[in-house]
Amino acid sequence: MKAYIVKRFFESLLTVFFVVVAVFMLLRFMPTDGYFDRDDYTEMSEAARNAYLRTLGLTDNPLVQLGRFVVNLAQGDWGRSITVYPRTSISEILLEKIPYSLSFGLSAISISIVLGLLMGILMAQYKDGIVDGVGTAYVVLVRAIPSLIYLFLIQIWVTKLLGWPMLFNERNPVSWILPAISLALPNIAWYAIWLRRFMVDEENKDYIKFAVSKGVPRRTIMFKHVLRNAAVPLVQYLPSQILLTVGGSLIIESIYSIPGLGGLLVYAIRQQDNPLVQALVLIFSVLGIFGVFMGDVLMVLVDPRIKLGKAAKSGGHA
Amino acid sequence: MTAIENAMAKIDIDPALFERAPFDAANAERTGYERYSYWRSTMRTFLKSPVSRFLLVLMLVLTLFSFIYPLLSSLDPNVVSLDLATWNQRPGKGHGIFGTDPLGRDIWARTWYGTRTSLTLAFVIAFFDVGIGMIAGALWGYVKKLDRIMTEIYNVLTNIPQTVFLVLLAYILRPGFWTIVLAMCATGWIGVARFVRNKVITLRDSEFNVASRCLGTPLKRIISMNILPHIVSLVIMQIALTVPYSIGAEVFLGFIGLGLPVKTVSLGNLINLGKNNFLLYPYQLAWPTLVLSAVTISFYIVGNKFADASDPRNHV
Repeated sequence: MKAYIVKRFFESLLTVFFVVVAVFMLLRFMPTDGYFDRDDYTEMSEAARNAYLRTLGLTDNPLVQLGRFVVNLAQGDWGRSITVYPRTSISEILLEKIPYSLSFGLSAISISIVLGLLMGILMAQYKDGIVDGVGTAYVVLVRAIPSLIYLFLIQIWVTKLLGWPMLFNERNPVSWILPAISLALPNIAWYAIWLRRFMVDEENKDYIKFAVSKGVPRRTIMFKHVLRNAAVPLVQYLPSQILLTVGGSLIIESIYSIPGLGGLLVYAIRQQDNPLVQALVLIFSVLGIFGVFMGDVLMVLVDPRIKLGKAAKSGGHA
Repeated sequence: MTAIENAMAKIDIDPALFERAPFDAANAERTGYERYSYWRSTMRTFLKSPVSRFLLVLMLVLTLFSFIYPLLSSLDPNVVSLDLATWNQRPGKGHGIFGTDPLGRDIWARTWYGTRTSLTLAFVIAFFDVGIGMIAGALWGYVKKLDRIMTEIYNVLTNIPQTVFLVLLAYILRPGFWTIVLAMCATGWIGVARFVRNKVITLRDSEFNVASRCLGTPLKRIISMNILPHIVSLVIMQIALTVPYSIGAEVFLGFIGLGLPVKTVSLGNLINLGKNNFLLYPYQLAWPTLVLSAVTISFYIVGNKFADASDPRNHV
C-alpha cells in the first residue's frame, strides 16, 4: 500500500512540474505591457521600459527565466505583484488571503458532504417519489443553468428576504453563511446524484434481495449494506470535488467581496497583473492535483478489494 | 481423396448433397431478433416519456427560431437610440416584447441574436471536441504504444480545475469567439477520447463482433450495425451537453472580463449586462435568463435522456 501511495505521490509531483512549466511558458507569450503600472507605461521612454524589463529579467531566454522561477519558488518567493498591489511580495499577499479561502472552502466541502449524502440517501430511499423528483430537479437546475445566474439571484433575493447583509463582513458572522452555502451548491448536487445512482445499483444486487427475503429489516439493509458499499466508489471523488469549489470561489468571492484567492484572481485578471495571475493559477492547479491524489489514497484505504501495487487508477471523472 | 470423402464413401453418402453455404444476408438476419432495430428502439424508449417529448420539441423550436429570427425581423440588435425616452423601456410598452436596455437596444431581438451566437459557439466546440476526441480515442484504443502517454495526458488534463484552464487560456489569448472555442476544446476532447477508447477496447474483442466476423459479415455491416450505434449516440449526447456547458463557460468568462467582445451579441454578454442593471431594471436580466434557461435545460435533459435511451440495456 505504501509503495502505491509513494508512486502516486511522485506521479502527482510530476504532474505539478508539467503544470508549472506549461503555465510559466504560456504566460511568456503575454505582451510585456502587463508588467507596468498604467501610469508608468505612458511616462517611461522606450529605453527606460526596456531597462525596467531587463531588471525584472524578462528579456532573458524563457528557459533561464523558468529555472530562476523554480529556484525562487523553492525558497518561497513568488515574485512581486505589479498592478493590484504594486511592488508587494506575492507570498505576503497570499498569506493574508489564504485563511479566508481556506475557511470558506472547507466549510463548503463539509456542508456539501453532509447535505449531499443526506440528499442522496433520501433520493435512493424514496426512489421515484416526491423527494426524488425534487432532488433531481435541483440537480438539473444547478448543472444546466450557469452558476453566475443563480448565485447572483440567491445573493440578491435571500439577503433581502432574511434581512442579511449583502456583502461579506468579517465582524458579522451572519454574512458568512450565504457564501459558504452558495459555494456548496454544485457539490451537493454532485454527491447526491452519484450516491443515489450507486445506491440504486447496489439495491438491485442479489445479496440484497437475499437479505430482504431473509427478513432483514429495511433500515439495517440500507445502512449496513447498501450505503456502505455505495459509498466506496464515491469516496475516491470526495476530495477531487475541490475542483468544483475552485470555479465557484471565483464568482462567490467576487460578488460577496470576500478577500480570498478566488476574488483576487478575478481582480488580477481584470488588472492584467501577470505575476499574480501566474501564482494564483498555479496554486489552484496544485490544489486540483492534490485533491485527485487524496482521492486515490482514500480509495486504497477504504476499499479492501483493491489489489495493491497494481495501477489502481482506472476510472475518470464520471 | 481426403479423409472426409473417404469416410463418406465408406458409409455410402452422396457428396453432392453437401455443399458450401454462401453468405446470405437475408438468412443471416434470421438468426437475430427479427424485427429489432437499434434506432427504432432507441427512439421508442426516448419518446416514451412525455417530459422528453416536450423538451425535445422545445429544444428544436428554440434552436430553429433563433436561427431564422434574423430573416423574420429587420430589428437590428445593435442599433443604439439617442432618444432618452426609448432607454430602459419596460417590456410591452410599445417598445419591444422584452423592453429595451440602457442604450435603447431591443432586448427581444438581442436575446434571439444572442441565443444564435451562443448556440453556434456550442456547436463549433462540440464539433471539434467530438472530431478530435474520436480520432485520438480510436488511436488510443488501437495503438497499444500510445496508451501510456495518452493516459498521462489524461491525468494531467483532468487533474487541473477546468475553470483554471479556461481562465488561463482566455487570459493569454485575445478575448473572442475562437479563444473560447480553443479554451473549451483544449480540455474537452480528452473526455470524448477516453470514452471512445474504452468503447473501442470493449467492442473490438466483444463476443458479438467475433461472432459477426466468424459468420462472414461484411466489414461495412459490422461498422454500421455493431460499432457505429455506440459511437453515434455518444456524438449526439456530446453535442447536446456541450450547449449548457459552453453557455455556462461563456457567462463565466464574461463575468471575469474575458468573454466575447462587448460588441458581440451573446447570451453571456446579455446576462452580464442585465446583472449590472438588475436592481433598477430586473426585466433586463429576467427575460434573457428565461430564454437561456429554457435552452440549457432542454439541451441538458434531452442529452441525458437520449444517452439513457441509447443504451441497449434500457430497450425492452
